[in-house]
Amino acid sequence: MTGIVSYGAYIPRYRIDRKVIYKAMSWLNPATFMPGEKAVANYDEDSITMAVAAGMDCLKDIDPNIIDGTFFASTTFPYRERQNAQILSDAFNMGSDIRTADFADSLKSGTTAVLSALDTVKAGSARNIIVCASDLRIGKPGSIQEEFFGDGAASLLLGNDNIIAKVLGSHSVSYDFIDHWRADTDMYDRQWEDRFIRDVGYKQFIPEVISGALNKCNLQIKDMAKVIYPCLYAADFKGIAGKLGLEETQLIDPMINNVGFTGTSNSLMLLVAALEDAKPGDKILVASFGTGSDAIIFEVTDEIEKIKGSRRGIKKNLEAKRALDSYQKMIAFRGIIPVEKGIRGEEMPFTPFSELWRLRDQVHGLVGSKCTKCGTPQFPAQTVCVNPDCGAIGQMGKYRFSNKKGTLFMYTGDNLAFSPSPPEMYGMVDFEGGGRYQFNITDTDVDALSVGMPVEMSFRRKYVDTTFGVYGYFWKAVPVIE
Amino acid sequence: MPEGIKDKVAIIGMGCTKFGERWDVGSEELIVEAFQEAIEDAGIEKKDINAAWFGSCMTVNNVGKSSLPLSMALKLPYIPVSRVENFCATGTEALRGAVYAVASGAYDICLALGVEKLKDTGYGGLPDLPSAMGTKSKFIMPNVTAPGSFAMMATAYFAKYGLSPEEGKRILAMVSSKSHSNGVKNPKAHLRKAASVEKIMKAPMIAYPLGLFDCCGVSDGAAAAIVCRADMAKNFGKPEPVKIKAMQMALSSGAELMHSSWDGSYVRTGTKCGAKAYEEAGIKNPREEISMMEVHDCFSITELVTYEDLQISERGKAGNDVRDGFFNIDGKIPCQPDGGLKCFGHPIGASGLRMMYEMYLQLQGRAGERQIKDPSIGLTHNMGGFPNQNLVSISIAGL
Repeated sequence: MTGIVSYGAYIPRYRIDRKVIYKAMSWLNPATFMPGEKAVANYDEDSITMAVAAGMDCLKDIDPNIIDGTFFASTTFPYRERQNAQILSDAFNMGSDIRTADFADSLKSGTTAVLSALDTVKAGSARNIIVCASDLRIGKPGSIQEEFFGDGAASLLLGNDNIIAKVLGSHSVSYDFIDHWRADTDMYDRQWEDRFIRDVGYKQFIPEVISGALNKCNLQIKDMAKVIYPCLYAADFKGIAGKLGLEETQLIDPMINNVGFTGTSNSLMLLVAALEDAKPGDKILVASFGTGSDAIIFEVTDEIEKIKGSRRGIKKNLEAKRALDSYQKMIAFRGIIPVEKGIRGEEMPFTPFSELWRLRDQVHGLVGSKCTKCGTPQFPAQTVCVNPDCGAIGQMGKYRFSNKKGTLFMYTGDNLAFSPSPPEMYGMVDFEGGGRYQFNITDTDVDALSVGMPVEMSFRRKYVDTTFGVYGYFWKAVPVIE
Repeated sequence: MPEGIKDKVAIIGMGCTKFGERWDVGSEELIVEAFQEAIEDAGIEKKDINAAWFGSCMTVNNVGKSSLPLSMALKLPYIPVSRVENFCATGTEALRGAVYAVASGAYDICLALGVEKLKDTGYGGLPDLPSAMGTKSKFIMPNVTAPGSFAMMATAYFAKYGLSPEEGKRILAMVSSKSHSNGVKNPKAHLRKAASVEKIMKAPMIAYPLGLFDCCGVSDGAAAAIVCRADMAKNFGKPEPVKIKAMQMALSSGAELMHSSWDGSYVRTGTKCGAKAYEEAGIKNPREEISMMEVHDCFSITELVTYEDLQISERGKAGNDVRDGFFNIDGKIPCQPDGGLKCFGHPIGASGLRMMYEMYLQLQGRAGERQIKDPSIGLTHNMGGFPNQNLVSISIAGL
């Protein structure tokens, strides 16, 4: 049996009330008003970091050594050359005997990555493959996209054992349908007329792909517990449901009003939301939209009960939020407006990549060492044991810290250090099970920090070097959200 | 047990420039200014110097590497010069080199000189610290500044001893206010304005919980010492010379940063270094025997925990001594009589020598308006790095 083994999701903590955006930019385009709020990635997040967060959720209690590949889907990869999926693999502490790929350039690439992963594990080329879909799409100031786009990520582990939802079948349609596009030098999407996208795109392709998938599986639309499909337009979302004969109960909230449209990850995030509430036997159809459409039908198994509640998924991520009350902050985070960094902020030591190669386990995997003599975990990895009562030389094994919780025992909010969102917070963390190190702290305010506060680790951008085109990644401490 | 350095070496001349924003001069001029005072004080000639130790820390915006800047600025006559660097303890490191060289018998007279030109960065505070920590820090070290790293210690100290931020900040403000009062009386000090506790507490936050007045000045300056074998001091008209009683150092093993045996409320190296220095100097009861101190008050919290690290105050009780005025200029052990790093200023490579300069003047009764009555033992405490990874250098001098 082939299907989904585990799921995870991530929604950045920041939510901005769309009224804040509208208030700032409606002078330009009064027709942009949308209700609700949308999720906004922090300044140190991007599609890679959100994908890692979703993947860490998905792999919570799963040994990374049983995974033979990482497929990463996004239209907003930080790197155009340097495979983004492999950075994820390092963050998950997967071995090097794996298959990795980036699925890019279309909003359907999330479902395409899932289909490719399913085919790969079904063919026996891999035992399990993790798929992460993540997007951080930037809407131009004053555009409807600026209000509509939200940031988020989803992750699925696909395999042949311990399946929580088996795949029944799929159907794909592919068209060079240009609803939006972005050339290699463009920062923002350009979009064709809404009426064309709606009438020729969504209203045609979504029913076509859903009917195709149902026909292949000899199923009727009424057999589906949930049917998931994206639609840019709320009225047409309902219109398509009516055309397909879907009942209200078969639909799930598209999360436009509380997260926004998350691009490549959208359909998979909704699938995770559906799985969170699914019962054994439920059939779920998930469709995507972009250069045509993919539709996949899953049937939930008894195994679903084992995973329920153990993942942050959509629900817990939705609850854990902080208000972003500044439009200017949102666009500064995305580099839309240049902000004063000061000379200190402009100073940027060069990134030595050969050193990063040596340190890749430590930097991207947060892997330190553990003394085999006294059992003391330590970060960064040491050759001589740091325990004053031990001092053993060269008796170290690897030890992973990224999945350990910790306690903050000293901290500050630093206004002198450059930060894109001052103050720069950092502190020292004692890990459960031993080991300690100093980390930047993010997704909180200095007033909310305290000695003894529980924290966990989150993969983030540590720095951005625009001169040399380098995004540097490391782990930061964040408040524990459960 | 080694016999140590006690009474083997005497200081026969010292010099110190005015510290501050010396926009008008560069490192070379500062070097000459400090050296001139020292050599005149010693009453010797340049050719009498056998070897020199040169301290400078921030190569980016100071003189660069090697000892050539010293030998060339002073036109030294082809003698050995070593450049030393040990973060903020660089000045003490230069003195240590000169003192040990003389004590070894290899040389009769040595020069120690430290200089730093910090005000050419274009911004406040020290130059980018993570880059001073090696290339690996680019990948794994948080974007730390000096105030932030010490501010962390304040949060741990407040938490351990149950101080509210208000209570904690008030004690720290008293530490800084005391140094400001001393700095007013020092013509060479960078900052010469008194600051009330209330004003200090209301100052803008630099790194929580440390405000502007919890941080020392970042200055340009140089300081120098000329040392000789103690038994030679009388030859230079110093019948009762200032002698080195102890010179000790302790460096972090990495345990503070990576092992859970340190709680962040004190400086472990300072504690260990203090005990070693007292042993070397033969001091049994520091609270009673030490006359005065210049400690490394880069930040108010550093000075507060140093009182405890050096066994002057009991753990967690330094605040009581601060409130009682124990460290004021008229207290039992005046601390920072020259204004300290807080007000005299902190040109990294010069600071350790500047501390000894004040002890030297005080021991000889030459400290003018801020003279302490009959001091016999002075201690300098110089710390480089961050509370979680650092080095502490302690010198004890006396008559």
